[in-house]
Amino acid sequence: MALYLDHNATTPIDAAVADAMDGALREDFGNASSVHGWGQRAKARLDAARASVAALVGGEPTEIVFTGSGTEADVLAIRGAAEALEASGRRHLVVSTIEHEAVIQTARALARRGWEVTWLAVDDSGVIDPAALDAVLTDRTALVSVMLANNEIGTIQPIATLAAMAHARGALFHTDAVQAAGKLPIDVAALGIDLLAISGHKFSGPKGTGALWVRRGTRLVAQMTGGRQERSRRAGTENVPGLVGLGVAAARARTRLADIDRVAALRDTLERDLLAAVPGTHVNGRRDARVANTSNIGFEGIEAESLVIAFDLEGIAVSTGSACSSGTLEPSHVLKAMGLDPHDTQNAIRFSLGFSTTADDIAHVVARAPALVERLRTVTAGAASRGRDAATVGREA
Amino acid sequence: MRVVVAMSGGVDSAVAAALMADQGHDVIGVSMQLYDQRPREDGSPAFGSCCSLDDLHDARRAAAALGLPYYVMNFERQFDALVVDRFVAEYTQGRTPIPCTRCNSDLKFSTLLERAAALEADVLATGHYARVSYDEARGQYLLRRGVDRRRDQSYFLFALTQTQLARARFPVGDLEKAEVREYARSRNLPVAEKPESRDICFVPDGDYAGFIERRDAGARDAEGAFVDASGRELGRHGGVHRFTVGQRKGLGLSAPAPLYVLSLDADGQRVVVGPKAALERTTLEAAEVSWMAGAAPAAPRRALAQIRYQHAAAPGVLTPLPGGRAGFAFDAPQPAVAPGQAAVFYDGDEVIGGGWIS
Repeated sequence: MALYLDHNATTPIDAAVADAMDGALREDFGNASSVHGWGQRAKARLDAARASVAALVGGEPTEIVFTGSGTEADVLAIRGAAEALEASGRRHLVVSTIEHEAVIQTARALARRGWEVTWLAVDDSGVIDPAALDAVLTDRTALVSVMLANNEIGTIQPIATLAAMAHARGALFHTDAVQAAGKLPIDVAALGIDLLAISGHKFSGPKGTGALWVRRGTRLVAQMTGGRQERSRRAGTENVPGLVGLGVAAARARTRLADIDRVAALRDTLERDLLAAVPGTHVNGRRDARVANTSNIGFEGIEAESLVIAFDLEGIAVSTGSACSSGTLEPSHVLKAMGLDPHDTQNAIRFSLGFSTTADDIAHVVARAPALVERLRTVTAGAASRGRDAATVGREA
Repeated sequence: MRVVVAMSGGVDSAVAAALMADQGHDVIGVSMQLYDQRPREDGSPAFGSCCSLDDLHDARRAAAALGLPYYVMNFERQFDALVVDRFVAEYTQGRTPIPCTRCNSDLKFSTLLERAAALEADVLATGHYARVSYDEARGQYLLRRGVDRRRDQSYFLFALTQTQLARARFPVGDLEKAEVREYARSRNLPVAEKPESRDICFVPDGDYAGFIERRDAGARDAEGAFVDASGRELGRHGGVHRFTVGQRKGLGLSAPAPLYVLSLDADGQRVVVGPKAALERTTLEAAEVSWMAGAAPAAPRRALAQIRYQHAAAPGVLTPLPGGRAGFAFDAPQPAVAPGQAAVFYDGDEVIGGGWIS
């Protein structure tokens, strides 16, 4: 049985998306900047995609900048806004400690360029306290970046409240909505933000596509320089087939939201049954106000890395949340930021469901998990009792 | 049988995996990530030629070519605590460590073996040139030199216990290197022509002193005197961690005849130098000795002793001593017996035991 429960990493492509991309690849192959008919047809397909993506987030088509990934959208938002604001003397950036690497590393890069960066803590349930933001905002704050939903634990952040605070001090507000799009309704007006990033492959669109919504009038310096595509905000010939796919995926994501409660019910079943079947387990992060598909479960006394491999050998794809460059697993910076005990930052498994996940799938995981966990615990306990468990040595060091 | 193969990205472990798979075993490829592989913030790569992302990439490609499941496991913390810290500490104590041996006994055939067991693997195979077999008559596992004597790595494996050997497989130990490459070509493995790695994997540029000084502030500030056997100062140096017994190059001393490092005194930061003849020793003592048979021989016996990787094992008399120690008296004097290196004792091509030269 092959069972995919890693939809926060990526999703299977929707058949309608693949069909639409196929047409754009084979027939409407034109360059959207060209004057002739081929160019015009490609341009028309891009326009339709732009309208669809705008509708997904509640914005206007002219406010959408297509990018090559969610990461690129985050980088364009943060670096682009930072560069635009630098001359005004605002050189202070506030980001949360549970952001995706796309935001974290971009903030670090700005810090190396002399920006002041404030890291916003989360509480033990994985949520930012708005009072904490209020305390660090200054008249020099240029931008605040807080994700809408966390990729590892799924918690939804109080973006509207945070954005209002930032605006009260004259700062812009960016949100990384990569893990929220397709999992909860998004309305940029209600959130009151300035910038929002999404990624196509997280909601059954193609990889290599992303978009940044930029509130009309927001100053942004292009990071990819060249031609005048995307209103001179992102140069380079548009990936028409990919973006056509992104547009179809965005439209389907909106309609599929009607089915999200079923996904949430399956997730809740998984948590209830898994916690009952496997002793020494707990859910990480707040259980309400989470995206519907995500569950982060700690298995006491095991290394998550080994459990992910053991699950994979059984045909069950899950994840620890964050993977580094070589594909190995590191202690989760999100769980660390929540103040978890060091052991508990390395025993957590992320299950992320999709719209195709069934009750049988959940039952299968719950049936297989106890034996796998028991085996790993036996081995770990044996190693520890012989006093040469290197992992323990490392932790104590 | 389910087999976990430790894949380094080199041709030997790739062929080890291929051989096990071709024998019909259920093989899982695993690489150990031993360092933080991220590039540095200034954009330069974290490591040079070895233990790098390139090696993990090569291991992944080899596993894919063989159709094997493959995983990278993160052993950064363990490697740092068990291997790198010790390496630094030994050098600053005036010894010349062999991190590969610690890595084999304390990491590969310990933590990785346990991880393999958790995946229901019966054995752990590596690409070492050595042979392991079970001797019914003696009721124990034997560790012997690999068939390819020039590549033999039994020297690095002496510290494995019977329990570890029982779960170890060295599939290329029965082959010559040329045969290993030929096998790799016949299986179209992408690493068939990959050059051999040299040096210690976490110091790919070979600059041990620089590595130690980046990790240890004491070493960074260390300085001391070169002295001759009578204690007369001949010059100054930047710390005993920069030297190894038998070293001639890089001393920066001028003398009528070439000078060699004879011994290192970490407490006094003294490097004792002298002529080549003074390097020769006829005896050594080893500590933390492990015996393949599980117990020391009852009486002194004839044996061969190998005192560094590139040393031709020399004959003499092996004498077990109390406190997990052993003495060895060579028939003929041997140059450069360096504390911190392993002394491995052989009966023909069979490992009897070994310990750390003190």
